[in-house]
Amino acid sequence: MATINVNGRSMKVDASPDTPVLWVLRDELGMTGTKFGCGMALCGACTVHLDGAPVRSCSLPVSAAVGHRITTIEAMSGTPVGKAVQTSWVANDVPQCGYCQSGQIMSASALLAKNRKPSDADIDQAMSGNICRCGTYNQIRAAIKQAAASLNGRA
Amino acid sequence: MAGFGIGQPVIRLEDARFLTGQGRYVGDVDLARQAHAVVLYSPHPHALIRSIDTRAAREAPGVLAVLTGADAEAAGLGGFPPLFMPAVRGQAVGFRTLRPVLVADRVRCIGDRVALVVAESLAEARDALERIVVDYQPLPALVDIETAAAPGAEAIWPECHGNVAFELRHGDPAATATAFERADHVVSVRLRNNRLIAASIEPRCALGVYDTGADAWTLYTASQNPHGVRTMICDAVLRVPQSRLRVIAPDVGGGFGLKTNPYPEDALVLWAAKVCGRPVKWVASRSESFLADNHARDQVVEGALALDATGRIVALRAQALHALGSYTFSAGVAPIETALKLIPGFYDIGTLDVSTRAVFTHTSPMSSYRGAGRPEATFLMERLLDEAAVQLGIDRLEIRVRNAIAPASMPYATPTGMVYDSGDFAGLMSACARAADWSGFEARCAASARAGRLRGRSIVGYIEQGGRFNDRMELRFDPAGGVSVVAGTHSHGQGHATTYAQMVHEWLGLPLEQIRFVQGDTDQVPFGRGSFAARASLVGGCALRLAADAIIERARPMAASILESAEADLTFAQGGFQVAGTDRSVSLTEVARAAFRPSGLPVGGAVGLEASGSWAAEPPNYPNGAHVCEIEVDPETGEVSIDRYTVVDDIGTVVNPMICIGQVHGGLAQGIGQALLESVIHDPDSGQLLTGSFADYAMPRADDFPAFEVGFRSTPCSTNPIGIKGVGEAGAVASPPAIINALIDALRSQGIHEIEMPATPARIWQAIARHRGDRA
Ligand code: FES
Ligand code: FES
Repeated sequence: MATINVNGRSMKVDASPDTPVLWVLRDELGMTGTKFGCGMALCGACTVHLDGAPVRSCSLPVSAAVGHRITTIEAMSGTPVGKAVQTSWVANDVPQCGYCQSGQIMSASALLAKNRKPSDADIDQAMSGNICRCGTYNQIRAAIKQAAASLNGRA
Repeated sequence: MAGFGIGQPVIRLEDARFLTGQGRYVGDVDLARQAHAVVLYSPHPHALIRSIDTRAAREAPGVLAVLTGADAEAAGLGGFPPLFMPAVRGQAVGFRTLRPVLVADRVRCIGDRVALVVAESLAEARDALERIVVDYQPLPALVDIETAAAPGAEAIWPECHGNVAFELRHGDPAATATAFERADHVVSVRLRNNRLIAASIEPRCALGVYDTGADAWTLYTASQNPHGVRTMICDAVLRVPQSRLRVIAPDVGGGFGLKTNPYPEDALVLWAAKVCGRPVKWVASRSESFLADNHARDQVVEGALALDATGRIVALRAQALHALGSYTFSAGVAPIETALKLIPGFYDIGTLDVSTRAVFTHTSPMSSYRGAGRPEATFLMERLLDEAAVQLGIDRLEIRVRNAIAPASMPYATPTGMVYDSGDFAGLMSACARAADWSGFEARCAASARAGRLRGRSIVGYIEQGGRFNDRMELRFDPAGGVSVVAGTHSHGQGHATTYAQMVHEWLGLPLEQIRFVQGDTDQVPFGRGSFAARASLVGGCALRLAADAIIERARPMAASILESAEADLTFAQGGFQVAGTDRSVSLTEVARAAFRPSGLPVGGAVGLEASGSWAAEPPNYPNGAHVCEIEVDPETGEVSIDRYTVVDDIGTVVNPMICIGQVHGGLAQGIGQALLESVIHDPDSGQLLTGSFADYAMPRADDFPAFEVGFRSTPCSTNPIGIKGVGEAGAVASPPAIINALIDALRSQGIHEIEMPATPARIWQAIARHRGDRA
């Protein structure tokens, strides 16, 4: 039994301490927005935020998440950065199959939360751990810039 | 219908769920009492199975079933034949295999399925799997096509001598030989198309359910073609009527050809669900995906071009070996045929003699992957043209323009049996060169040189074939007047919910929010063939057009009755019927509602309003285009950076430019991946797979690409009513030669005239170092 904080709510989960957070979210809590792609921290599909920083939930044991705040895709519409990212994602027609996009949005919103004026190099660096086999990279770059602009306009 | 009709950059209607974690993929479906399955895959590329001991596994905690090939035979399960053989097109009969759901006697590839374990939990299933003891007798393996096709190689299938399942040939050998003898110039190349894997980010997965009362199954599977899965599994494996299996392919996380046809696991979870009386779910791990998914490409080709003194092509010759892997499985035949047929590209070639041999190897079976033969064909032609331009001292754009088929020659029959209907190929290449500032290259090259870098460029042209087989679309109104597009095709990233809605909006004038999209469920969609080979826009779009036309005709009698006028006096426009010469009208929505009135039969005789349309890809369409690429190489490290990449495509009528651009980008990313990064590698001696994870198989990432410039210059297709040409494969077809030709252009000054794909920094650096050594 462990108690973890997911999207601002305290949750008791029945999982062994080394269970990756990804499987706790998906199998225990029924939150399937976070995706499995490799299980080895190599594709980014499972990206969530731990205290605001992007982490690969497939390689994060639940014991390491105790006492920290986990944020998942399901909560992103509720944050200004997440909302801005989702809006610009739609405007730029980013998703194709959609499978990698939870992870892309989590990485992009973590970047924008700490850097409101990312350069191309900043974007590439923040996003290069998120594979998109549909090849939406150009659109992601454009959408991040548009989201940054809209966040700055509002600030 | 300005705003949301055909040609408009309508925002995708399906996006919201993908951005909020609400997409529903097979992995997201969990059912009550669901059990978990894992598969035991062969660790040997070739071995006899002397015995399998499952006793310890059966007794392991939580285990519900352990199934082997012997059990499958005892249960009367069949196996997977190839989807088709070349014989269906009058070509060679060839040698065909049947792939069992579980192998009982001899494994022929790493990843051959040997046993299935079902348990209460995934962890218990994995633990039990470890307890299965298989006594293998390992045997020598042939993983390389040239070794497998060499004289005297051991037969992978005893009855198939030389390991060649079939040979295909097009052209006129005698005329070609004469043309080569008389030619002023001959250039030749030898190329290898590296073995690739689609590696969709969603791994393959399947969830089987058996309903004892109904004696019927439901299969949730990540598939591009649910009806095709149903047909193959019912007819070939379970041997039950197709009405007893419902296949659901909900959101699918990327297909690219990988998920076009069923795999053994699709049948295994259904069988296991019946054996266990529980839903059974299986999800591939990433390493299992590398081991057990179909692979693609893997072709070696030697080709030569004969030219006259002015640079006109007079003949072409090519001989290829193309891998089939261990079975004739899935659509493995398709890329082999296409790689041969499309060799001439959009060039006017005097005569040709091209042949290919389909070779068995002890590897995963091969099947289609984005492009499916088109990239192989284009790679050969475009590499040859660059070598010819260099030998003749002609500009590389110029030699292509000189040989391109002229618009006035349409329709144009190729010597390989295709008939191009439309296209302005020279115009496209010139437009692409202009858009890419072809003439400003020298200055950029000089700037690169000053920075110690080698700059190279390329221009390539391509043509491909879009559309295959027939399909069916349906429009179904509900009692409130909303309409569902019931699609036989399957969208798994292509945005069909949006593009089909745009079409319906254009043709029937209904607002987008009134149009729903249904696909991917054999109980909801009467029939379909899914999506692959850039077919949905043509067969789906044209079938939908006919369905829309039929709706108008079916609605007409009811409209006439409502308007109290003669049918002949009604015109349909702007979403409704008007009585000619009056201001009286009724909307289609109102007519649809009237068709659901409870009393009496509606005018026209049928309750409700629905219609279907069918279309066949006969003839198919021929999307084409030009790519210009400029790259820089750092000669000290061998590192390549793509500086600019420009595409001008002719995809006929563009339904939604944003979606089409996305499709082109996706193809580019995969084609550039083939050229620079990706390769499935087997150890030549042990036959072991060396690239079994994303740490070993280099996937293209965000920082590998520049901003692509993509434009459209359309010549509508003349053989279908909407002028449409496919777009799904386009980017992947021309990008490998675009990259490699640009790279060789950059390296020619170093004495390098060829480089193998993937052109990794190590390979480039070694080539530079070797030639420096040669010159020293
Ligand atoms: S699933 Fe976690 S990084 Fe791939
Ligand atoms: S949208 Fe399909 S993998 Fe990224």
